[in-house]
Formats: sequence, structure tokens, C-alpha cells
Amino acid sequence: MSLYAMVIDTRRCVGCQDCVAACKMENGVPTGYTRDWITETVQGEFPSPWMEIRSERCNHCDNPPCVACCPTGASHTHEPGNIVLVNREKCIGCKACLAACPYNARFIHPDGYADKCTFCVHRVERGLDPACVAVCPTRCMHFGDLDDPLSEVSHLLASRPAHALTQAAGTAPRIYYLS
Amino acid sequence: MRSFSRRQFLKITAGTLAAAGLASRSRGVLWGGGGPEKPRQGTQIIPTFCDLCFWKCGALAYVRDGKLWKIEGNPRDPLSRGRLCPRGTGGVGAHTDPDRLRAPLVRVNRRGRDEWKEVSWDEALDYIALRMRRIAAEDGPEAMALFAHGLGGGFFRHAFKAFGTPNIAEPAYAQCRGPRDAGYNLTFGDEVGSPERTDIANAECLVLIGSHLGENMHNTQVQEFAEAVGRGVSLIVVDPRFSIAASKARYYLPIKPGTDVALLLAWMHVIVKEGLYDREYVTKFGHGFDQFVASLEGYTPEWAYPETGIEPGMIRETAREMAHHRPATLVHPGRHVTWYGNDAQRSRANALLNALLGSWGRRGGLYVPAGVDVPHYPSPAYPKPARPPADNPDGKYPFASEPLTTGIRDATLEGKPYPIKGWFVYATNLLYSLPDQAATIRALEKLDLVVVVDVIPSEIAGWADVVLPENVYLERYDEIGASPFREPFLTLRQPVVDAPNDQKPGWWIAHKLAEKLGVGAYFPWRDIEEYLDYRLRAAGHSLEELKRDGVVRGSPKPIYFEDGAPSEFDTPSGKIEFFSEQLQRAGLDPVPRYAPPEAGPPGAFRVLFGRAPVHSFSRTENNPILADLMDENEVWVNAAAARRLGLKSGDYVRLRNQDGVASERIRVKATERIRPDCVYLVHGFGHTSHRLRRTFGRGASDAQILSRYRTDPLMGGTGSNVNFVTLELEA
Repeated sequence: MSLYAMVIDTRRCVGCQDCVAACKMENGVPTGYTRDWITETVQGEFPSPWMEIRSERCNHCDNPPCVACCPTGASHTHEPGNIVLVNREKCIGCKACLAACPYNARFIHPDGYADKCTFCVHRVERGLDPACVAVCPTRCMHFGDLDDPLSEVSHLLASRPAHALTQAAGTAPRIYYLS
Repeated sequence: MRSFSRRQFLKITAGTLAAAGLASRSRGVLWGGGGPEKPRQGTQIIPTFCDLCFWKCGALAYVRDGKLWKIEGNPRDPLSRGRLCPRGTGGVGAHTDPDRLRAPLVRVNRRGRDEWKEVSWDEALDYIALRMRRIAAEDGPEAMALFAHGLGGGFFRHAFKAFGTPNIAEPAYAQCRGPRDAGYNLTFGDEVGSPERTDIANAECLVLIGSHLGENMHNTQVQEFAEAVGRGVSLIVVDPRFSIAASKARYYLPIKPGTDVALLLAWMHVIVKEGLYDREYVTKFGHGFDQFVASLEGYTPEWAYPETGIEPGMIRETAREMAHHRPATLVHPGRHVTWYGNDAQRSRANALLNALLGSWGRRGGLYVPAGVDVPHYPSPAYPKPARPPADNPDGKYPFASEPLTTGIRDATLEGKPYPIKGWFVYATNLLYSLPDQAATIRALEKLDLVVVVDVIPSEIAGWADVVLPENVYLERYDEIGASPFREPFLTLRQPVVDAPNDQKPGWWIAHKLAEKLGVGAYFPWRDIEEYLDYRLRAAGHSLEELKRDGVVRGSPKPIYFEDGAPSEFDTPSGKIEFFSEQLQRAGLDPVPRYAPPEAGPPGAFRVLFGRAPVHSFSRTENNPILADLMDENEVWVNAAAARRLGLKSGDYVRLRNQDGVASERIRVKATERIRPDCVYLVHGFGHTSHRLRRTFGRGASDAQILSRYRTDPLMGGTGSNVNFVTLELEA
């Protein structure tokens, strides 16, 4: 088994959105939409605030509510790697998954189906990193198999503190942020 | 000044746009020569280099079934190191932008009315040549000025020097890096260059003063910056705004705007008083050190505290931190440094701090760049202009090393020292790049000829008599990329796709215009490929090699003094000038001194502006890919100040400056990331050209409200952070 995940080093990230641009180009994401985005969290007051910048996208959850709620089976997990995907032929655009996703990771494509990050499965199957990871000029993003204890992502998670988003939702997200 | 409606002047009518679209489609694709292979099935990968900013990153363009698919970094290229920034990745949008200029246009009504007819290239160039020849006959060729930005400007500079004018300028000098060039030249006898010679990769301590790396995506620097942060570099960030870089800093110094010189002097005071400087380096290379030391006497951290708002303890601690890591301490010289009108002296203080730390020429500091010498293609000697450049009469700004855009504007307005009758503008949106937009418009109204070469219907294009549509970089050859860097290398820009309409490459436009001006002899090459191949062969390479690989590397040379790089200083003393007799003789401060900035009106905010990682200048906001990443700018207002004014994030306001000039509408970002005495916006938005449909009416332009500037007495740079605004809520 393999369990794909992304580990993103927020110290190195500058929030430049190259990940967003690369995804749009690689996947032909239509004008007006993006499958990934940058979030900036600021706490505290000037002159000593704390800030974290994150490149966010579908969390490819272990317990994906979008798959559970899908009435047609369009949303599914893909093996190997447990990647959450949408079969656009089966999707009826009902938006149940948009409502179920705690990360607001999905949108309805102009052609009528639910769309989102695929972890660039077409690249991953050819042994390449997802486009966002491959282009990042700060090299802050890492992709790999959590089931492999020797993988870079396993190593990073073992060696540095990390957090994932909205863990209280119980979805078991698989995008981790090194802080 | 007569009142005017910006919209009236800057729009180019929708009717013309539709006509242009139809006409160019019926005309089909025209190619300027040397085009790519015919479209084929499958994916071709063609190396070239980027033009979304000035960094010149090596790229690989993927053409799938004859259509441009995506652009990635070229792993062979030392600047991109295989990774582009978001602008480079979104470069496809420059090619596909539906609002691009499509065919040559000649204006049919008053200048600025934006009414046009489409003409052939021959007609357009005849029109220009006739009027340029008339101007030369009546007022001399010097009455023509060229404003040209970037690499593609090289062919135009060549044509205009052949025509006989010395009035050739770019905003990159007097509106950007010029003060840094002057300050570093006066100190080290050399400039910082582009890409900057900053050895961030090996710095142990990095000091950023208003330099927002990560928001300015100068690719190699940002890559090295991220690596430096990753390995725990000691980062000191000085900025009135809590920038991205500040969020990663060990020390964040939220300085009061305009007081950087006080901080620099206090830092140097501590380093000298505590004997922390590189004594051996200073003794070996320094000139006038004792006088410099004496000048620092009063600049204690306690003195600097009320000026800068930075506590004395913090000034001392950060000074010691810098000294601790020397010479691998890099005080970044910055790039856009035209802030307060004292900028060359501030840059000199920045240079002197690097000199004290012994970091100029050293590993982890400012290395000695290495380049490849690319001989010119032989062409006749330029005629000697009958008069000196008009921008800087009587050497008013004695340390200006390039012509001043704003000096040419002044000469145009005043007719002194002699009249300027025509502007030829290549790839720079002067209405957004020069401060005091109203003065630029008055100058445009006075001219006999305005020509603009651009890829999009920019605001300056709206003021032209003739608009010439250029190919974007993905559709053309260009000058050879030969930036000195850590290692010598050359890069090639080559066409990867056809132009969609009747656009032409800059090299072709300049060549054809030169022929029509009777100076075709200066373009003796058969075509651009022969020109490039000649020069590349003269440098020991070939066009074929560059077309295949995109990049060739030369033999590495030592880049640090300690490894044998030449420690030469092209100053009058041949040394690092801590005390400058040159400045003294010119009646200027031989060592940097502090003068407090002028305060603004009560309750007003100082306007600061900067870059975003996804846009360059005012030239990319309409790019459909990049617009999806950022389609509007915001005005950053301190959260407490916003509460006091009853403003919240998302509210639309107009910024009204001290002279009553109001901006376009702009959204408020109420944030803990900025001081309460200033506001900040990203440069480049607030487009008023209707033809830029994606970005028109989105956000505001700093250019509109920078009606004042302070001119640098050393080199004529226009310090623009001297404007103040109040915020008016939009109903």
C-alpha cells in the first residue's frame, strides 16, 4: 500500500503562488478558477505579529467526506496512493461534495462537474512530482509516500513539528505544514 | 494646468478594438523571419528565456500539438536553476492575452483621444520616419528622445544612436536602481549590477532594508533566500511593513519611514566604536577611514532612537550580530531605491556598512561577477551628437551615470537646454513609471511625435500618434542574454510559437525603421539569425548550440577576493572611499549625514509602494493567468488606524494626496502588518486603459497619487515616498 501526502515547509514558503500558476498550466484549469491557493494567517499585533503562509489545496483525506456524500460514486479514492479523485463522467454537479468539504477545495468546472486538485496523478504515475511541487522556486514542497518510512515526507514529519488543517473535522487530512 | 479626464485620454475605443480584431484575423499570421518549425503532433520542448521581468530566467517552453502549453525553468540555466517564478510560469498568458495589440495603429484625432486607424507596417514606419526626419531637419536629431526598457530596447538604442540622439533613457535608472549605482560607484568604484552580485547562498547574516525578497520575485535571489532561511540564516529585516521576509526574520526592525540613514549611521557607529569592523580589510582597501570615523561621532544608538523608533539595545544587538558573522554578512543593496531623495547617500551608507564588514568581494557578501565577452557585430561608428544629452544640463546631477527620464521630461516641458520634439517609447509604460503623471501628460501634449512600441494597449500607448505591436518574447528572437553572474554564461531567447496577428519582433521594427531613416547601414546583418550566430561564434559558441540548449556556460572564474578575484576599485583613490573627495569637490557631503524626513500633514499616511510576486511593473496585470492569481491590489492600513477611521478590510476607498489628487477605488486591507503612519500598495494596478479589459478599473495606481517627488542631488533620482494621503470611504 502507499499513502501519498504533501509536506510543505512554511518557513521556506514566500507565498509567491507559483504553485497556483503551475497547476493552472499543467492541468488547464479554466480562467477564473484555481485548484490551489495561498492562505496567510496572522496573529498578534504590530510590531510583533506572527504569520504563517500556506499553499493549500484538497487534503486527499483518509476519511474524505466528499466521497462519503457523493450520490453517484463520482468522488472516489484512487489506488495506489489513496488519492481522492472525481470521475467527471459520473459527476452530476450536485455540489454535495462542495458543501461537505471542510477545506473549500472544490469548485464546479464550467463544464458542469466538480473539480479540484488531483495530486497530478497523471504525473505521479509517471514518477514525477505534482506540478506545484516541481516548480516551487523555494523548494518548500515535498510529495511522497507516508507508508514508506524512508520517504522524504516521512523523514520530514519525523524530524520537525508539523500540523494539518482543521483536524477537528475528523477527515484525516494529508497535507502537512512544517512550522 | 488644464483639467483633463484621464478616461477620456487613456481609453482606446471599443469600436476600434473590434475592427482591429477582424482585420488581423483576415490578414492571417505574419512572421518576422526565422520562425519556429511548423506545428506538429506531440510535444516539443524549446529553450528560451523569460521576459516577464528583467531577471532573464532560462526557460523551457512546451508546445503541444502546435500550441503553447506550459513554460518551466531550464535546469541548465544558472538563474532559474530549473524553476521559474509565478510570472514566468504564467508567461503563456502574455501570448494568449486576448487584449494584445494586433496591428499598427495611427491616431486619427487629437493625441490622447484614443481614436485610431489600422495601417500596414510600411505606412506606420513611413509616418514615423517622415516626422523624425522633419524633427531632425528643424531641431536636430537630438530633439528625438528614446525611452526603452529592457533587453529588447537594445536594437532601438542602436538605431537611435545611429540617428544621432544622445537622449536615450529608461526609468530603471532615475526611478529605480540609479541611486544604488551612484552610492556603490562612489564607494567601491563599481555597481551592484543585475542580477545583483549578492551572495545570499553563502551569507550567514542577511540584512534587508526595505527590500521585500519573496514579494519581489527576483528568482535566483528568492531561491537562495529560501535556502538561507531553511538553513537558519540570521535574518535582520528593516521595514515599516511586516513583509514576508520580516515574518521569517530573527530581528524585525519596524522603522519609521524615511529614517534609514539614521539607523545605518548608528549601526556603523557601534561597529566602529566597539572595534568590530574588519580592520585588516579596511586598512588594506580603505581610503579616508579616519575622517569617516570622526563623522560618526554623534550618531549613537540613543541619538537614532527617536528618529527611527528602533530601541538602542536593538540597534546595538543587531550591529553586533552583523559583525559576528562578517565577512559573510550581506547588507542587501536593494533594487528599487528611489524613496526619499537622499537615496544615493543612503545607498552609500549601505555600501559603507558592507565595507566595514569586509563583505564586498567576499564569500557570503557581494561577490565579483563573471561574464562572457560577446563581441559586437561590426557596424559603422555612431555620429557624434551635436549637443550633449538634454536631461542633465551643466551636470546639475554630477554623479548621474545614465540619462534621466525625468530630465528629458523637464527638457520637453521647458524647451531647455534645447527643445525635445519627439518621444519614442519601447516597452515602458511611462505614465505609470514616472512620478507626477500630470507632468508626463503635459509633456506628451507638447510633442510633435509620440511613438509607442508595446505588446498590450498600455496607457502610454493611448497617448501615441503611432502604436507598433510587438511580438511577446515567446514569438521572437532577442539580444543575447549575457548577464555577469556567479559563473559566466550566455542564454538565447528564440521564438517558440507564431505571433497570433500582425505583431513584429523588436529587432525587425528597429531595423526597418533604421532603413527608412537612412541609417540602414548600421544594421548590416542579413537577418537576426545571422546577427546572433556571428556574435555567438565570436564568443566561441554558435546559434545552433544555443537553439538546442538555451544556455551555454563559460569557464568559471574566481568570484571572491580570497580565491583570487581582482580586488580593484575604480575610484579616484583606487581604494574603497570611506571619505569621498569627489563628493566634497562637488559641494556634497563626503560622508553620509542624516537629515530627518519632512513630516506629512496631520492625520495623513505616507504612501509606500512595492512589488507583488505575480506581477511586473504595470505590464502583466491583464495577463489572464496572472490575473487569476491577483486581479486587484489593496491598500494596507494598520488595523488600529483602520478601526479609528471606521474602515474594515474589503471596504473601498480612494486615496487623496496632499495636493488633492485622488486615486481610483481601492480595497482596504486592515492588517497588523504595517505601521500606523503609512499605507502600502502594490505597484501596477489601477489601469485606466479600457482596452485592458481584464484589469481595467481594478485597484489603484500609486502613479496617480505620486504628484510630488524629491530629486536626489547626486544623481537625479526621483524619491517618491514623499507623498501623503487620507482615505475616503466610497459610498
